[in-house]
Amino acid sequence: MKGLQERVAALRPALAPAVGKSLLPFAVAVLLAFVMDKIIGPGVGATWSKILLDVGIAILLAGSLNVINGYAGQFSIGHAGFMLVGGYAAAWLTFYGSVHWFGTKEPVGGFLGNGQLLFLAGCMLAGVIASVFGLVVGLPTLRLRGDYLAIVTLGFGEIVRVLGQITARQPKNVAAIKERTMWDLANNLGGAEGFSQVPGYTTLFFVYLFAFVLLVLVYRLKYSSQGRALLAVRENEIAAEAMGVDTTRVKVVAFVFGAFFAGIGGSLYAHQVGALDPKELGFMKSIDLVIIVVIGGMGSITGVVLGAAILVILPEVFRQFADYRMIAYALALILVMILRPQGIMGVKELWETSLWRRLVAKVKR
Amino acid sequence: MSGSDLLQTTINFLAVGGLYALIALGYTLVYGILRFINFAHSDIVSWGAWIALTVASAAGWLASGRAGMAPAFALPCVLLVTMAVCAAMGVTIERLAYRPLRKAPRLNVLITAIGVSLFLQNVGLLNKVFGNRPSTISALLQNDVLATVGGVQLRLFDLLTIVLTLVLVVVLERIVYGTRMGRAMRAVSFDERVASLMGVNVNVVVSVTFALGSALAAAGGILFALRNDLRMTADASWVLLGLKAFVAAVVGGIGNVRGAAAGALLIAFVEVFVHRYVNAAFPDKPWVGQLQDIYVFGILILVLLFKPSGLLGKAVREKV
Repeated sequence: MKGLQERVAALRPALAPAVGKSLLPFAVAVLLAFVMDKIIGPGVGATWSKILLDVGIAILLAGSLNVINGYAGQFSIGHAGFMLVGGYAAAWLTFYGSVHWFGTKEPVGGFLGNGQLLFLAGCMLAGVIASVFGLVVGLPTLRLRGDYLAIVTLGFGEIVRVLGQITARQPKNVAAIKERTMWDLANNLGGAEGFSQVPGYTTLFFVYLFAFVLLVLVYRLKYSSQGRALLAVRENEIAAEAMGVDTTRVKVVAFVFGAFFAGIGGSLYAHQVGALDPKELGFMKSIDLVIIVVIGGMGSITGVVLGAAILVILPEVFRQFADYRMIAYALALILVMILRPQGIMGVKELWETSLWRRLVAKVKR
Repeated sequence: MSGSDLLQTTINFLAVGGLYALIALGYTLVYGILRFINFAHSDIVSWGAWIALTVASAAGWLASGRAGMAPAFALPCVLLVTMAVCAAMGVTIERLAYRPLRKAPRLNVLITAIGVSLFLQNVGLLNKVFGNRPSTISALLQNDVLATVGGVQLRLFDLLTIVLTLVLVVVLERIVYGTRMGRAMRAVSFDERVASLMGVNVNVVVSVTFALGSALAAAGGILFALRNDLRMTADASWVLLGLKAFVAAVVGGIGNVRGAAAGALLIAFVEVFVHRYVNAAFPDKPWVGQLQDIYVFGILILVLLFKPSGLLGKAVREKV
């Protein structure tokens, strides 16, 4: 009889295959993002690749909100606040940094050139700063539940918006910017007029890189012990606590995780639109994201992807109906909530539905 | 800071507080009964203002423009008609959109409320409805200075708001705590199933609640439009007003009639007094004035953190 330690050692997989297996999906994500950028994007034309950009950003934002709302069951309606924080951080780094280090406000460098590396650094900075805010917002979850938590997140979103509106004017003259240090410019975020002339670094590659990485991460999260702890908190917090789940930690981690990717989403948004307007990223934007999650199916990854695609594409398709488009959208929202309250997918994933199983069985035969 | 200045600011504060209270009561009534945040309430407020405009211009009271004033009986008529129309609107919305979801998860009801809100906003913007141009109903009320007492100007509008709010809040209190219907409302608020077992018709109670809340919202909308002109079209620009009134309801203790009034006064106090005294102390820093909304939401977060049931609300113990 071998000792316990030896038996455990025998079960542990070798290092190289384990690392390979855990990194493989991310390599696939990079590859897919590359395909989106180089083949699908040019293939569908300018209008549709712009829509694809919006869909990708929506997937990123709604997917990150899904961790907070869908997995942990903590109702947050301040997600746009994280977007705004992240967008400011990244826009500050790329706009002023570009002037300081490259001497121009325009995007520089080709694929993964200096400019894009700066943009990637901006996205990371956006994620980190937004997740710090996520920690701050997550802490009240220790005391608050349900509607009250929702109201606090709403208050947070509004406070971030107002703080954005009172920042100082944004200098746009290259010479004037060069006179001041980066740190000195940290309050010059454009105030009520918004941060404009953000260099347009966002491409399909970056959007779908982050979106696919997020999807891999949330998939792994959902089927891990951490994810089950989140779902347990959603279903019954007291029972989860009784079973030994550290509910406080789990909830705060969900907020930090969600905020990180919302910050990146905000950065992608800012560098796509070319401007960051605090009025645009207020309460209504947060609500838009909640609607995507609820329509798609709370807690369902494929549901949120579907919801994001539908809710971004449909309004674009019906653009010609201008005035009546939003009325139809509102009515559709009410009808979906009455007729299918669990959203398109419910809590199931695509591969868990009976329709999918039947299809797969048919293909296999 | 002179005495008369302080008194003037106080009157202003009471008027603004009354305005918020009228709107906050609608949030608090609906939350007390159905436990959901009625995000479409701010749109009832905006529709109230715009319906008042429609009614007044249909009656020809606005035809002469700014120069001629409408007869004295015009404002009460407009007020009553608009309150009735909005009450009917509230009941209809509840019947069509919220009642099918009475047993659904609360998030669904919330999204439905947002759907109703978007619907009202976009229907209101249609040219055939209210259109997208700002307007005015100030011809309905001659906002003269009634009297000047010790340097304090008593304006008709401020008095009207304060008196109307007091009357409506007292009437509401009488309804909730002094009538059979009020007792039924409190019973449904306490426990819907037990109330229905005791013979309370829950549907009727909910309809009455929506009628009362929407009528108050209409009054609030008209007063707001009289105070600030109808510069805001019937769209999302009213959401902030609604949010602040909602904050007032939560701070006071949502589900509690007196709490909503107290919360509204607190929010108005912060807005008016801070605007008058704190902002005036920093004339060289214009951004100080924009911090107003932060104070409001900051108070909200602080109150929720330390007394989640609100200032006048009762703490509910959680059952395992």
